[in-house]
Amino acid sequence: MYWESVGDFLAMGGYGLYVWTSYIVTALCMVWEILALWRRRAAVVAEQRSML
Amino acid sequence: MGINWLKYSAPQAFYPLAGKLIPWFSVVAALAVAAGLYIGLLVAPTDFQQGESYRIIFVHVPAAWMSMFLYVVMALWAAFGMGLNARLSFMMAQAIAPTGAMFTFLALLTGAMWGKPTWGAWWVWDARLTSELILLFQYAGVMLLRTSIDDLRRADRASGVFALVGVVNIPIIYFSVKWWNTLHQGASVSMTAAPKMAATMLTAMLLMTFGFWMYSVAVILARSRCVILEREQLLSWNKPASMPDAVEVR
Amino acid sequence: MTRPGMWDALCGVVRRDLLLAMRRRSDAAMPVFFLVIVASLFPLGVGPEPAVLRTIGPGVLWVAALLACLLSLGRVFTADYLDGVLEQMVLIAQPLPVLVVGKVFAHWVIAGVPVVLLSPLLGLQFGLDGEAVAVLALSLLLGTPTLSMIGAIGAALVLGVRGSGLLVALLVLPLYVPVLIFGAGAVASSLAGVGAEANLSLLGACLVLSLFFAPWATAAALRIALE
Repeated sequence: MYWESVGDFLAMGGYGLYVWTSYIVTALCMVWEILALWRRRAAVVAEQRSML
Repeated sequence: MGINWLKYSAPQAFYPLAGKLIPWFSVVAALAVAAGLYIGLLVAPTDFQQGESYRIIFVHVPAAWMSMFLYVVMALWAAFGMGLNARLSFMMAQAIAPTGAMFTFLALLTGAMWGKPTWGAWWVWDARLTSELILLFQYAGVMLLRTSIDDLRRADRASGVFALVGVVNIPIIYFSVKWWNTLHQGASVSMTAAPKMAATMLTAMLLMTFGFWMYSVAVILARSRCVILEREQLLSWNKPASMPDAVEVR
Repeated sequence: MTRPGMWDALCGVVRRDLLLAMRRRSDAAMPVFFLVIVASLFPLGVGPEPAVLRTIGPGVLWVAALLACLLSLGRVFTADYLDGVLEQMVLIAQPLPVLVVGKVFAHWVIAGVPVVLLSPLLGLQFGLDGEAVAVLALSLLLGTPTLSMIGAIGAALVLGVRGSGLLVALLVLPLYVPVLIFGAGAVASSLAGVGAEANLSLLGACLVLSLFFAPWATAAALRIALE
């Protein structure tokens, strides 16, 4: 483990804002993409079920 | 092994295959990203020149590589579609574009996040970032062209032609912006000054890239299933004997 | 395919398009008016200081020329598409890329040449010296045909699509970036005293490349649009 404490880890040597924004936005985008796909699939299946 | 791969070129056969593959790729992606994050954020040492801000490369570089890799793959699928007249190929190209565009956006955003502490500016007009920006416009063009054209066949081919033209454009843009930077001496900051990589840094970066790649495959397979359902309308409550290829509702 | 046949077809296409443009002269003159207006807007927005204008001049004039070409792309294929002539062109025995070259050449004569001819005046408006003005005109002479060729690909892709005006801009502007860089770069180099040969050669290379590949891509796009 490179870090001395959780505080150091979060601060990222003073660059915490930039580093964590990058990681969090990346994670959010990926989660959003997965959720959007889940919704898209549900919508298509529901629409085609109603046509059967 | 005797698998008839050609049968999977039909959308109704590819659909269940994709469904079976998604969980595997998702698990591998999660493991690779977790390992990459562990090594990159918790184990790798700090960089001598850039301090902790260099850790952004563990998302920036994988996102940038995926954005370009996915664009080329998308163009290849479009070329296959036009050459073989195979609609599943076009569906794959259609499924790739949104994920590629997302990674391009992330590459730009994380690039700005990295640039601000390192170079003092949110945006620099270096060749790599500018090429990523143009790539984003090209992804947008491919997707908008598809949604603007109602006829599916024409939409497939038109966005395919544009994707292929764009593949040629990106290297030209890269070269021309590099050239432009050498002319305008002031703007000679370069995002290519990556830190000298310790072994742990390189490992983390490769793990993250691999993880993003596996994630992309899983997401694109899932989207392609949606595209197949939307375009082919395969659902049926039970498979009548006359339609052995219909997909059962799950 | 007999060579004279292709050449005659090419000339025929060029002659027809030029004739049609002559009949609607005001339509054909739009790119020129647009260029002048846009080029005049920038000093009004930025201020009349000569040093500033000289710095932004090459870029502004090139962007204005590029936008003027972009706006005129609708005229390359749309009229023929709407009245069915384009379908005939696709069906006849002449190779479609040759006919495309003819149409694009006519488009360049109508939309590009006036820009080249006007550019010295606009260059003087921005305080460019004699050599820079000459380089500007030469760079536009090499660049505007390339812009027309590349633009034709976009025009063919969006034929008959709703909202095509903005869509063609999104498609074509990323493709215009290298030409813009080399064109404005040529004039900027001349102003800086460095010499414009390198940029002008690169512009020439772009022109040759586009002459080889763009007609072929445009023909493919036309066939797709007309299927």
